[in-house]
Amino acid sequence: MIRSVAAVIGFVVSAAILVGCHVKDAGSDANSTSPGDSTGKLSGTVSIDGSSTVFPISQAVAEEFQKQHSGVKVVVGTSGTGGGFKKFVLGEIDINDASRPIKQKEIDACKQNGIEYLELKIAVDGLSVIVNPQNDWCDCLTASQLKTIWEPNSKVTNWSDVNPKWPAEKIRLYGPDTDSGTFDYFTEAICGEGGASRSDYTPSADDNVLVRGVAGDRFSLGYFGFAYYSENADKLKIVGVAPSDDATGCVKPTDETIEAGQYVPLSRPLFLYVNRASLKKPEVAIFLKYYLEQGQTLVGEVGYVRLSQQLVEGTRKSLEAAQDASTTTPSK
Amino acid sequence: MSQSDQVYKSRLATRHRLGRMFGAVCMASTWFGIAVLVVLLMGVVWQASGWLDWNFLTNFDSRHPEQAGILAGLWGSLWLILFTTLFSVPTGIGAALYLEEYAHDNWLKRLIQVNLSNLAGVPSIVYGILGLTVFVRMFGLFGAQPKVVEVPLIFANLEIPLPLGRTVIAAALTLSLLILPVVIVAAQEALRSVPVSIRKASYALGATQWQTVRHQVLPAALPGMLTGVILAVSRAIGETAPLVMIGALTYVAFTPGDISSPADIISNPSGIAEAPFATFTALPIQIFNWVSRPKTEYQHVAAAGILVLLAVLLMLNGAAILVRHRFQKRIRW
Repeated sequence: MIRSVAAVIGFVVSAAILVGCHVKDAGSDANSTSPGDSTGKLSGTVSIDGSSTVFPISQAVAEEFQKQHSGVKVVVGTSGTGGGFKKFVLGEIDINDASRPIKQKEIDACKQNGIEYLELKIAVDGLSVIVNPQNDWCDCLTASQLKTIWEPNSKVTNWSDVNPKWPAEKIRLYGPDTDSGTFDYFTEAICGEGGASRSDYTPSADDNVLVRGVAGDRFSLGYFGFAYYSENADKLKIVGVAPSDDATGCVKPTDETIEAGQYVPLSRPLFLYVNRASLKKPEVAIFLKYYLEQGQTLVGEVGYVRLSQQLVEGTRKSLEAAQDASTTTPSK
Repeated sequence: MSQSDQVYKSRLATRHRLGRMFGAVCMASTWFGIAVLVVLLMGVVWQASGWLDWNFLTNFDSRHPEQAGILAGLWGSLWLILFTTLFSVPTGIGAALYLEEYAHDNWLKRLIQVNLSNLAGVPSIVYGILGLTVFVRMFGLFGAQPKVVEVPLIFANLEIPLPLGRTVIAAALTLSLLILPVVIVAAQEALRSVPVSIRKASYALGATQWQTVRHQVLPAALPGMLTGVILAVSRAIGETAPLVMIGALTYVAFTPGDISSPADIISNPSGIAEAPFATFTALPIQIFNWVSRPKTEYQHVAAAGILVLLAVLLMLNGAAILVRHRFQKRIRW
């Protein structure tokens, strides 16, 4: 008897839940949670994913932004530049952090899915070529010397193979692994083709492993992002790079040389790719504005180099133009 | 006579020596593991000393290492564990009961059995890819426009997004798939260890199969099942690869459902309905990210995070072992 009563109650409750539930579009819901008027408190979510190189900047900006706009949730993932683009082309995220420009096949995928994007340059990184502090022979490498060291099937095994005056000791190489955007950029800039590299070096996805490797080995040579050098400058020695074969043109990466565009060919711009449809969300638009204004002071703090005044202006203009375009087009 | 006696004695001594040697090798194997563990723990504790404080437990991640905290990762992991356990334990034990107690021994059962053992060894990243397609994107069935199903509950409205997206629930379902084979195989072992005589005695007294399973087999097998569950859930807590694959985030400055202390569960009951469908980060992801940051202080932050992860593991295992102990005491044959 008790059991049948329980069964009846259970049936009634589950029927009530089934009748009560209804399906609606998530989009209409999103509009109601993010108020368009400027007087109301800003809310909603800004979702960012992509490169782990750009992550420190986006995280710092997100952290400061949320102190001012506590209603907005800014989330940052680190799927890598390529991994982030896979989500970006499906419209799953608002912004993709990228340590390289978008590739043609990613542009095609955007077109196919009707995603329009906006490219914003936000900072510069100088890929740093690093040796051990006890290395007293090498202060400068030309781009072509770097190429002979790193190109596929390289003949270089000893330091003396690069320059006969240098010690006949085995050169031990450290670099990022092949999934990294840093690897892509370095091989493109030095060997002339993205991904073209000798394979008999010590690769790691964790740049701290490379720092420790070079710091503990007198005859080592490695390359990674500038932030990892500036945080470990006491344990490493930085090598200047000359764009031509002339070693007098050697430039060491510093905030000034990278910002002024003198450190070539290893300076690389860092990007945000923004889904233009997301620009209609006030929280995304205001966040991006913040990124290009106050955000620029945070770039240096996390170990990267801020854009020159001229470049920031350019980026700001393209953002404003895109915002104007998105507000004038009638929203559904 | 005396010569063969001598030979016997010397060989006896050799045999004893061999026995002692084997014992020593076994002891060395035990101590090897313990020594590595002690070195590891001491290294972590030494690195984390001074960094694991109350602020670390109540702050979100930050670009300043001294302000960085684990709050988002901790609550993300707790919700993950809760839902993973809720999904995998009933399903796993149910499947084991069916395979052991009900299913006939035919080719289909043997096929399932072989596949279960194989699945237990599949790398976790593969489950991540599966979870991404099935739970996060739901095969793209809902197109570009996600839908929301609203289910009214007594204390709040349950809003279920379809597809599930990069949410706690999608991750928990993925982790459940990952540990299900382990749970099932362990539960089957536990069921097999219940003597057949117990079942026959139960039938002889006129009990039905349901009564036999409910009152004899299940209570007897439960401690063994719990051991398997403990091991499997512990594995799920430490998993990073599938979570990264399905898109768990790295920097999140909120906790699922905005519940950041046990008191919030009472004061903010609607948060319980929101939490499963919130985006999140988890302990191992936070630790992995800290280890790879350029600032050297983050190595200490990561060590503190590892200690928190170990503490969570120990507490959960401790609780499970207590429960197991209580069930074990009840069995009297």
